[in-house]
Amino acid sequence: YATEATIEVNRPFKLHRLDEGPATTVKLTKDEALKYYTQMQTIRRLETAAGNLYKEKIIRGFCHLYSGQEACAVGMKAAMRDVDNIISAYRVHGWTYLMGVSPIGVLAELTGAQSGCARGKGGSMHMYSPNFFGGNGIVGAQVPLGAGVGLACKYKGNGGMCLALYGDGAANQGQVFEAYNMAYLWKLPVIFVCENNNYGMGTSSERASCNTDYYTRGDALPGIWVDGMDVLAVRSATEFAINYVNTHGPLVMETNTYRYSGHSMSDPGTSYRTREEIQEVRQKRDPITSFKEMCIELGLITTDEVKAIDLKVRKEVDDATAFAKTDAELAVSHLWTDVSSNNLETKIRGTVGYNLDHIQERKGVNH
Amino acid sequence: KQMTVRDGLNSALDDELARDDRVFLLGEEVAQYDGAYKISRGLWKKYGDKRIIDTPITEMGFAGIAVGAAMAGLRPVCEFMTFNFSMQAIDHIINSAAKTFYMSAGAVNVPIVFRGPNGAASGVAAQHSQCFAAWYAHCPGLKVVSPYDTEDARGLLKSAIRDPDPVVVLENELMYGTAFPIDDKVTDPDFLVPIGKAKIMRPGKDITFVAHSKAVETCLLAAAELAKKGIEAEVINLRSIRPLDMATIFASVRKTHHLVTVENGWPQHGVGAEICARIMEDQTFFELDAPVWRCCGVDVPMPYAKTLEAHALPRVNDLTEAALKVLGGKAGKAVAAAK
Repeated sequence: YATEATIEVNRPFKLHRLDEGPATTVKLTKDEALKYYTQMQTIRRLETAAGNLYKEKIIRGFCHLYSGQEACAVGMKAAMRDVDNIISAYRVHGWTYLMGVSPIGVLAELTGAQSGCARGKGGSMHMYSPNFFGGNGIVGAQVPLGAGVGLACKYKGNGGMCLALYGDGAANQGQVFEAYNMAYLWKLPVIFVCENNNYGMGTSSERASCNTDYYTRGDALPGIWVDGMDVLAVRSATEFAINYVNTHGPLVMETNTYRYSGHSMSDPGTSYRTREEIQEVRQKRDPITSFKEMCIELGLITTDEVKAIDLKVRKEVDDATAFAKTDAELAVSHLWTDVSSNNLETKIRGTVGYNLDHIQERKGVNH
Repeated sequence: KQMTVRDGLNSALDDELARDDRVFLLGEEVAQYDGAYKISRGLWKKYGDKRIIDTPITEMGFAGIAVGAAMAGLRPVCEFMTFNFSMQAIDHIINSAAKTFYMSAGAVNVPIVFRGPNGAASGVAAQHSQCFAAWYAHCPGLKVVSPYDTEDARGLLKSAIRDPDPVVVLENELMYGTAFPIDDKVTDPDFLVPIGKAKIMRPGKDITFVAHSKAVETCLLAAAELAKKGIEAEVINLRSIRPLDMATIFASVRKTHHLVTVENGWPQHGVGAEICARIMEDQTFFELDAPVWRCCGVDVPMPYAKTLEAHALPRVNDLTEAALKVLGGKAGKAVAAAK
C-alpha cells in the first residue's frame, strides 16, 4: 500500500488571461485521501438526511441540497489557510460543516432547533462560523460582500483572502460585475468562484447567459476553468488562485459541476432536464465514487477503510439527525433577543403594543 | 463661535478617522474630488488612499463591499452622493446590513454608517428630491438619524461611527452651508449626540411642533410667527428617526395638549403618521385637546419649476395655519390675551 501518490488531474484546466495555470500533477497523501473522502461522504450524508427531514416536514421553507457538488467545497477547503475566508449563496450546509460546525449544528439549524449554529433563527440559508460569512438568500448579494471581506483582509494586512462563491444563475447579476470591477481596480485578494452546476433554478446556463464560459466573464480579470467533480483539480486550482490573488489581485474560477437534486426541495428537477442526464453524471462523473475508486486503485485507501468511514459517517449523521429532530426550539423570548448589538429602543413592539424589552445575550464579533 | 453643518460633518469624520484605524470612508468622489458636496474636503490628503476610497459609480457594488468589510471587522463610512442613489443599494442596507446580526443569532454585528444628503435639494426635480426617513426607519436592525444643525450633524455622525450596528445618517444638502453657533464642548473630540434622543429647540406651552432635518427650521420660523400672536409653540427636533424618542414627544404633549408633525417627506406611512399612531396607542392620547395634524410634502413627485417646487413642501404659513386650526378656539383666546 502507498502513503503518497502522484496524480494527473482528469481534465485540463482552461485559462483566461493567464500565461501559467495551476499544477496539473498533484500529490495526494493517504491522510489527505482519507480526509477528503470523509468530508465528501459527510456532506452527501448530511444532504440525504436533510432531504429526508424535509420530506417528513420537519425542515420547513427552503432547503437547497449540495449533492453532486461536494468536490468543489472540499477541494477549496483543502487549499484554504487559517487566514482565509469564504462567503457563499444559499446552498451552504456542506460549507457550514467544513468551516467547523458539527453535523448537529447544521441539522438542528435546519430543523429550527436551539442547538442549530444560528440557534434556529437563520435556517437553511443563514449559517455562519468564524471566517465563514454565511449563506446568503439574495442571489448575487454575497459577491460584493465577499469582495468587502477581501478588502478587510488587505486593509488589515493579514495575508488572508476571500472566496466569494456564486452559481451560474447569479453570474448574470449586475452586482457581480460591479464587484469584479472594483476588486480589480483595488487589487483585492478575492477569488470569485462560479460554481456552474448548469442550472439557475430551472433555467439552463445556455438559456440564461450570453457567454457560458464563466471563467472568462471577468473581462480584465484572469480566469481558470476547473473540473468541479475532481477534488484534486479544485484543490490545485484554489492553491494557485490563493497565491495569485494575494500578489496580483482577483481572479475568476469556474468549477464545472452538477447538482443531482432539484434547485430546492420543492423542485423535482425533472421538467427542465432528463432523468437520463442526471443518471449519466451519477454513473460517470460522481465526485465521491470517482475519488474513492482512484484512491483504492492507487493503494492509498483500502476497501475496508472505505467501509469503516462510511459506517462512521452514517452513524454520526444518523445520531445528529435523531438529535435535531427532538431538540427544542428556542423559548419565545428569543423572538426579541439580539435584534441589535447595541439596542437603543426603549421597547420593542409586539403584535399589539410596545410591551417587549429587548434581551441582549450576545454582542457580535465586531467591537 | 460659528460652524457650518459641512464643517461639523467634516470634523466628525476627521476625529473618528484619527481615533480608530478601522474607520474608512468610501463613495463616489470622496477622495481626489474632495467630496461631491465637499464633506470630505482635505481628508484624502490627510489620510491617503487606504482610508479615503473613491469608488466607480456603482452603488450596489460598493455598498455591498462596505458591508462585507464591516462584517469582517472594519468600520466603513459609506457615502451616497445622495440618498436617492441608495435605492440602487437598498438590498445591502436592509438584507445584508440590518438583518445579519439577528439572522446569525448575535454572532455577526455589522458596524457601518451609510450617509449622504437626503430629501429635496433645490431645482433638481423628482429623481433627486426625496426623503428616505420613513423608508429606512421602517426596518428593525437599522438606526436612522437626521441632523438639523451643526451640533446635531457632528455629534450624531460621531455616535453613528462608534455604534456597533448599521446606522443611516440622513443629511440635508441645503443645510450644508448654513453656519450655526456652537458651544466649545461641540468641538471636543469626544463630543457625541446620543442616538435615539430628541432635542427641544424652543420651549412653549400652547402647541408642539415635531420635525426633523430642515423642517425644524420651518418650525422655528413658524413658532416665531405664532409668538407674535401670543401663541407659544414648542419645537422638538427629533434628531433620530429610529429609535423615535416618543418620551420627549409625550412629555411635550402632556404640557401643550396640541401637536403638529412636520416633515418634508410624503405623508403616507410617513414619520408623522407613525407619531400619530404612537400617540393613539398611548395614554398621551387622552392629553390631546384636538386631533394631531400632519404637515408633509405634497403627495406628488417633486417638480422642477421653482414656483411648483416651493409649493411642494410645507412652508411657514402652512404650519401656522395648521397650528391655528388645531388650536381652534384656544387660538382666539391666546390672541385676545396677547392683545
